[in-house]
Amino acid sequence: MPSALPPDGRLLGPAGTAGEPDGDVPREVPAIRLRDARMSFGDRLLWDNLDLDVAAGEFVAVLGPNGSGKTTLLKVLLGLLPLSAGSLLIDGEPARRGSPRIGYIPQQTSADPELALRGRDLVGFGWDGHRMGMSFRRRAVRRRRVHAALAAVEATDYADVAVGRLSGGELQRLRVAQALVGDPAVLLCDEPFLGLDLAHQRTISRLIDDRRRTTSSAVVFVTHEINPVLHLVDRVVYLVNGRFRIGTPAEVMTSEVLSDLYGTDVDVVTVRGRLVVVGAEDDAVPRPGHAVHHVPDRAVR
Amino acid sequence: MSYLDRIINFEGVGTLLQLPFVQNALLAAAILGLIAGLLAPLIVARGMAFAVHGTSELAFTGGAAALLLGIDVSSGAIGGAVAASLLFGMLGKRQRERDSVIGVVLAFGLGLGVLMLALYEGRSANRFGLLTGSIVSIDSTNLLVLAVTAALVIGTLCVTYRPLLFSSADPSVAAAHGVPVRVLGPVFAVLIGLTTALAVPVVGAILVLAVLVTPGAAAAQVTSSPFKATMMAILIAEAGLVGGTLLSLGPGLPVSGYATTVIFLAYVGCRLVARFRRRMSSDA
Repeated sequence: MPSALPPDGRLLGPAGTAGEPDGDVPREVPAIRLRDARMSFGDRLLWDNLDLDVAAGEFVAVLGPNGSGKTTLLKVLLGLLPLSAGSLLIDGEPARRGSPRIGYIPQQTSADPELALRGRDLVGFGWDGHRMGMSFRRRAVRRRRVHAALAAVEATDYADVAVGRLSGGELQRLRVAQALVGDPAVLLCDEPFLGLDLAHQRTISRLIDDRRRTTSSAVVFVTHEINPVLHLVDRVVYLVNGRFRIGTPAEVMTSEVLSDLYGTDVDVVTVRGRLVVVGAEDDAVPRPGHAVHHVPDRAVR
Repeated sequence: MSYLDRIINFEGVGTLLQLPFVQNALLAAAILGLIAGLLAPLIVARGMAFAVHGTSELAFTGGAAALLLGIDVSSGAIGGAVAASLLFGMLGKRQRERDSVIGVVLAFGLGLGVLMLALYEGRSANRFGLLTGSIVSIDSTNLLVLAVTAALVIGTLCVTYRPLLFSSADPSVAAAHGVPVRVLGPVFAVLIGLTTALAVPVVGAILVLAVLVTPGAAAAQVTSSPFKATMMAILIAEAGLVGGTLLSLGPGLPVSGYATTVIFLAYVGCRLVARFRRRMSSDA
């Protein structure tokens, strides 16, 4: 979807700061380009020959049981892990850690109520939290970006409250703002709905959808449960035990395709507009214990 | 009221302030207050209070070993503290697991220290000083070491402060953003180790927590801005250390009692302010 929409100048202030994706040129290179990608740990193969182009503004859901390599794919896109083979470009550039081209929305976790940190500080981390050294010169830009990102998720009212005193839904909005603050070409979402009630899930998915419509950010959404975002999903990447299938939900979410992927009888049925997968080893239900290593220790204390 | 007179009096303070060793002590207290206040909010944010306590006990062990071997006590304390902080900095992320390892090491270190002190046959004031601190021990060499260490701590914080705060508040997201979380943990632990080792001769091993943790915990009660919290923590640590030193001069009693009291009162005050504010906002 190389739409004519310019990256939104209204929403996030004037672009053109160093390290940002090109200011005025519409994003025509694919937001993500994976070629012949292979990932294995020792003799355990997660996936091989993975070719995937994610266009600007496209919404891709990544599904699959635990251990199928969803989290690993995320880490590769974040530049934290190198591919075993193949190549990866993010917005035309090789993936690297801390890239401003990527916004990351994590699972919802609560913060320590005693932590001296405000919402605006949390959002600011998305802008330069990984950068070493002091930054007096860029203060004004930083303040403007944080302000705009807070406004975009309607979180301005509680931007100065300690993050530990916010509700899960409020905190998750701030995390969306944190991901948007760098004007990313790609939004990576790692189970952002886990632990949120339905109303907040809707708010967060609306914010993510707004973002890709107004600025053509691509969205990669890793999830156990496709239904809350089914109406937004353009394509699905379904990973199972070293194999995968890529296509629209109608192409992939069928009994035939999933039975083939899992190597066992799997039924996909539609109940009141919701997809229900029956018979897969890991049904499309979020498990609280999933990806425990992602949850910081203060959440499990 | 004779006890009160013994605890609070300002007899001869004017004369004492003229003495070089008192001036050294005040300067040392001021430098220590600055770095303690800078580190305290990060220590609280990272949930490392117990690690600080463990580090200070091992600084005591190192100091006791140095005393027994007849080498410089503060070098011994630095050695013990840095070894402990490196060990604690490399421990896993799980709080409970970390705490039990710290507890195990701390208890052993303390026991060893007590044994070595008992074997020591020199002046008994030297023994007691390690546990409760003594400003008499600060001479110009100590002062130089203190200043160099303070510069090192401040310099490291200038470079790593933002990623440190990020990884303290939200470790998994910080890692996703490419913050070298696994390097920063041990780096920060060494800063704690160095500061602890320098604090031990002044406030004593048992009371390091008061200057390295309480100011941060107090500040977090009344502000959620990281910058303001740091400024407040410095203020509280300075009030405790410099104020405590001044208060201790007249009675000639250990600094640690005064410093910890001032800092504790600041903490209680901050809690009361926070409570009052919450009540005000819930009424509104």
